[in-house]
Amino acid sequence: MKVFNRRNFLKGGVAGGAAATLLSKSKDAGAAKSFGGYPNSMGVLVDLTRCVGCRSCEAACNKEQGLPAPDLPFDDTSVFEEKRRTSEGAYTVVNKYDTSKDHPLFRKIQCNHCNEPACLTSCFVNAYKKTPEGAVTYDPTVCVGCRTCMVACPFYVPAYSYSSVINPVVKKCVFCYDTRLKFGRPPACVESCPKEVLSFGKRKDLIKIAHQRIRSKPDLYVNHVYGEKEVGGTSWMYLSSVPFDEVGFDTHLGNQPIISYVKEFLTIVPMVLTIWPALFAGFHLLANRKDSKKNEKQSITNGEG
Amino acid sequence: MRTLAANGKTPINTLEKGDSKLMWTVKEKLLLGMTTQEYMAQAVRNPFNWLLAVIFAVGLPIIIGRFAFGLGYVTHSSYDYPWGLFLGWGLFVMVPLSASGFMLGTTVEVFGRKDFKPIERLALLNGLLGYFFAVVFLQVDLGQPWRLIYPMFVSLGPAAVLFLVAWHVATYLSVQVAELVPAFAEWMGMPKLKKFIKSMIIGLTIAGIILSTLHQGALGALFTYAPGKVHPLWFSAPFLWFHFFTSSIFAGLCMLIVVSTICKKSMAWRCDANFTDNLDRLTLGLAKGATLALITYLVIKIIAVAHDSDWHYLATGWGQWFMLEMLIGVILPIILFTYSIRNNLAGLARFTALITVLGIALNRLNTALITFNWKLYQEIPHWREVVIVITIYALYIVTYRFILYRLPILYSWKESKDV
Repeated sequence: MKVFNRRNFLKGGVAGGAAATLLSKSKDAGAAKSFGGYPNSMGVLVDLTRCVGCRSCEAACNKEQGLPAPDLPFDDTSVFEEKRRTSEGAYTVVNKYDTSKDHPLFRKIQCNHCNEPACLTSCFVNAYKKTPEGAVTYDPTVCVGCRTCMVACPFYVPAYSYSSVINPVVKKCVFCYDTRLKFGRPPACVESCPKEVLSFGKRKDLIKIAHQRIRSKPDLYVNHVYGEKEVGGTSWMYLSSVPFDEVGFDTHLGNQPIISYVKEFLTIVPMVLTIWPALFAGFHLLANRKDSKKNEKQSITNGEG
Repeated sequence: MRTLAANGKTPINTLEKGDSKLMWTVKEKLLLGMTTQEYMAQAVRNPFNWLLAVIFAVGLPIIIGRFAFGLGYVTHSSYDYPWGLFLGWGLFVMVPLSASGFMLGTTVEVFGRKDFKPIERLALLNGLLGYFFAVVFLQVDLGQPWRLIYPMFVSLGPAAVLFLVAWHVATYLSVQVAELVPAFAEWMGMPKLKKFIKSMIIGLTIAGIILSTLHQGALGALFTYAPGKVHPLWFSAPFLWFHFFTSSIFAGLCMLIVVSTICKKSMAWRCDANFTDNLDRLTLGLAKGATLALITYLVIKIIAVAHDSDWHYLATGWGQWFMLEMLIGVILPIILFTYSIRNNLAGLARFTALITVLGIALNRLNTALITFNWKLYQEIPHWREVVIVITIYALYIVTYRFILYRLPILYSWKESKDV
């Protein structure tokens, strides 16, 4: 039978403590206070009231990012018959929505480049980065392919190149970071838009512009800038003439960044790491106190004898 | 083997052959003391092996196809459901069912309940293999499995929940290997190795408790990244990790009851009297522990519904599905376990354990697949995905059986007199 002595207790305690300090330090990063975004980050304001569904942005994106040619050409409007989502072959898509107004609305979908991206905070190899310019970029060379980012993204944006055998990676809009944004230029889709649906600028300026537009035409716009506050704010924001749920937006996401839901768990991690060793060593001492008493008595009797 | 045992052949349970001083060789130990012909003959006689052969004949080519043609060959390549059955079953169901290792380690080593000793090693093995095969499932699912060590050494994302899962499962796997080294050392005849592990067993066990608490909880916390996707009745930001942790306690205990029942029924020749005679008492003991955990789980589930104010969802179709899961997987087991403990009915406790195991599997699949994306459409896994899951599970059973036949898990090793 195992006797619990001071030496064993210390050994266990030291090992547990060392592990605790080592791991808890790294976990503190997760419990950091909310971030709120870089002050001078860029963004795009999408005005749904101006979009005519010409799909020029889709074509421009396809060319800029070197994506494969689509099954149907970009001037084919039959794609509007179904609701599409971003995929490994298309980082942006435009969908058509029948609304309560007398005309349909078109909505462009791409990565919204959150201020506190869920994909970034859920990634265990740090493949994602939020650049000071506002883009959420992705490093395919470290990606393991766990696809937690796809589970985490509240907008269902990241896609995965499942068909690739040797090098499947996440595929999503990166704000044309390497080719344009880095040099201060707007992304390809913005430049290609003939109807000025997309306005590129500093995010804080775009918020002002958006509210000005709402103020100047209160009959046209619903009084909400989607993306100003949603999940902690996004670099891409939207204006609409109908309630946002009519044009396929999730209006129940809340204003908390996704990581705030996870923090409740992350805060208990250091506690378990530090409290459990002492607690269970204590339980062990309690549970075995009869045995140790017996042993003590035995050694006393032995000593006398 | 059963036939051979009936014919008076005793399975190997000591280092020396019979009364002579001759030692068994490793090959003889691997063949269970039979000649190669005898071993093959008994393997062919067993109808279960034929079933396994069919599963492997169909499944192994498809697994090869997965790595030759990519994930797109075996799954629906869904962007909306990035996690399918490989993780839904292989990770989220296998891991809680493998919590038995740390539960029994704690009971015997920390709480000093030596009366649970006869079943401790089975619990540890169930834990080790469950975790090991969860990693195998993960390797099938990862886009680039050869980068498995990236989160450890190449590019670290320490603030992510999955980072914690990766590190803890890896560390805990080594802890469980260490905890089972004594059985291996006895079998190989290496008493010093066994003594070395025994000297740090308390440290290992407590490390096991910490790691298990956190990664069992972390599997639940993974879904807190998807607050809008998991149905509110299965989602709770403050409590989800605790739901997963508490339910892993009774999941592990009930899985242990199920596995020990299978062992007793299908390999009685390998179990010694110490195991067989104590099993009814131990089953009821485990049932008692499971009932306590079930009650805790039920209460905290109700608290979560109240805390998030999700009562109105109970009236919907999802709510009825939720209540059905709770009724069959939690409330019914509490009633049946209590009845079987009161009336000393080990058989009923075994049946109840099976229901509870199925209930917990339903809960994890509900969270990961069925209620996931409840606002979108329902994803039905590709048939090849299902075949791979069955094949790897069969591989798990074969490995499990291989070890149980040989190492002193279900029986005690007879120490040689001169050592």
